[in-house]
Amino acid sequence: MSWLSRVRNSLPFVAKRETPDNLWVKCPSCQEMLFVKEYEENLHVCPRCNHHGRINADTRLGILLDAGYDLLPQPSVKEDPLKFRDTSKYTDRLKKARANNAHSDAFSVGSGMIDGRPAVVGVQDFSFMGGSMGMAVGSAFVAGAEQALKRHCPYIVVTAAGGARMQEGILSLMQMPKATVMTRRLKEAGLPYIVVLTDPTTGGVTASYAMLGDVHIAEPGALIGFAGQRVIQDTIREQLPEGFQRAEYLLKHGMVDMVVERKDLKGTLATLIDYLAPKKAA
Amino acid sequence: MQSYLEFEKPVAQLDQRIAELRAASEGDEVDISAELARLEAKSAELLATTYAALTPWQKTQVARHPSRPHFRDYVAHAFEEFVPLGGDRLYGDDQSIIGGLAKLGERKVVLIGHEKGHDTETRIRHNFGMGKPEGYRKAIRLMELAGRFNIPVVTLVDTSGAFPGIEAEERGQAEAIARSTEACLALPVPMVAVIVGEGGSGGAVALASAERVLMMEHAVYSVISPEGCASILWRTAEKAPEAAEAMKVTAQHLERLGVIDRIVPEPIGGAHRDPAAAARALGTAIGDELDTLAQIAPEQLRRMREDRFLAIGAN
Ligand SMILES: [Zn+2]
Repeated sequence: MSWLSRVRNSLPFVAKRETPDNLWVKCPSCQEMLFVKEYEENLHVCPRCNHHGRINADTRLGILLDAGYDLLPQPSVKEDPLKFRDTSKYTDRLKKARANNAHSDAFSVGSGMIDGRPAVVGVQDFSFMGGSMGMAVGSAFVAGAEQALKRHCPYIVVTAAGGARMQEGILSLMQMPKATVMTRRLKEAGLPYIVVLTDPTTGGVTASYAMLGDVHIAEPGALIGFAGQRVIQDTIREQLPEGFQRAEYLLKHGMVDMVVERKDLKGTLATLIDYLAPKKAA
Repeated sequence: MQSYLEFEKPVAQLDQRIAELRAASEGDEVDISAELARLEAKSAELLATTYAALTPWQKTQVARHPSRPHFRDYVAHAFEEFVPLGGDRLYGDDQSIIGGLAKLGERKVVLIGHEKGHDTETRIRHNFGMGKPEGYRKAIRLMELAGRFNIPVVTLVDTSGAFPGIEAEERGQAEAIARSTEACLALPVPMVAVIVGEGGSGGAVALASAERVLMMEHAVYSVISPEGCASILWRTAEKAPEAAEAMKVTAQHLERLGVIDRIVPEPIGGAHRDPAAAARALGTAIGDELDTLAQIAPEQLRRMREDRFLAIGAN
């Protein structure tokens, strides 16, 4: 336990920044001006149109885990292994992303309880470089799975990513089999692995650990798919159907078990854990 | 008729001069054989030096060359026998991913790979090597069969990526790829994967999550196409050469990064200049690898496979 950095979430997740210029926020879906406090109390879901806004890792962990969970340290990975540079340096992009984020990369792991049930929750944060999967994300996913194996408890992963971290080239692609090694180990250990797909989950993340859950839950309206819509349109030159690659569309096509509103997510996970979690040794 | 890539222009010009000289000397008494030999040697040397120093973007073009050998050529020249097996038992039989039972020398293997096609008709039939969910599910079926009957698996990867289409998404392209990767990792038998042309993204890794990963000398393997990367990061596909450079897509780079284990040499001027020789080199390399892996117990094979991927990114 000592290697865990203990983070006491004594404050409720809603009591965040309350600077005057943040008093109002516009719903990206219905454009309605919303009172920030009301929006946050509503778990970043628009009370007018039910749009589920993107939320950061700490907010998500706060919603899903009971207060007082432990935040796992970010595993150390090789930084910028390709010395990648496009219009700016990858190291500069990382610096910028870190300056605007509480965490050092896009995947954070909380180890704690869901309504009193032991669980490890891994959360991908879209606000950190589009949630993109690189070595840090892959390694944090692995660390979360290892923690679940150690505690012999379910592993819940909340996905959100535009795809791979291109600046890590092939090494980002290799995170797909890497994460899959761990989903297999959880399976062999008889531990439930539950995926919560949030907006957006696309590319290599979808085509690996996001689609290998024992149960797949999606948030309403979440964009979930393998290929990007523009790529598909450029390839087939056809109109995309209404609601294509949205959570409800995936439900209809059998790719997710259920679409669950954010306010019901924790309860749903608790119910699933009651059914699936390993039985306590007598 | 040899088709030349843009960067092969100096070789093309030389070859054209040789052809003209030869045509002009038809029935001529003047002996130009010495001059011809000199020019031919010069052309061969130029080709060799050009191919020894290909940039990542040039290699991308070689890997995509229309005459580059594909699955069927490798089957014809490297394998003794091929018994195709088809269908995913769920939906259909995807022709962009082919599989079956094959003999490499005396070794029985389950052979699976992408096929791009070689002319308009076959390219359409094989969907340009872009696998659909039913293709990956066929691969899963064949890998499971290989495991049950204790036959090693060999994959030949050659795809720009899995097919991006409406139906592919509806039938679970992402799930099929994820499960195919999982099937590779679960194999209780040896698995050797070879990137023979293009190794494009998840559609490639789904057939390449093996304990031994080989690459043809001029093949490329990347998380996204250089054009795709360039259009996102540089906001123009015209920066594809820079993107190919930055992403380190070549066999030589990837060997240094520890992502691949072995490079299979190609004939001078690329596999498309002598597909049979390229296939023979490939067959020899795969045979070596299979013979080494044949000594290893199933649990140990799985462990090797897991360790190689877990190690990637660890500091
Ligand atoms: Zn709204």
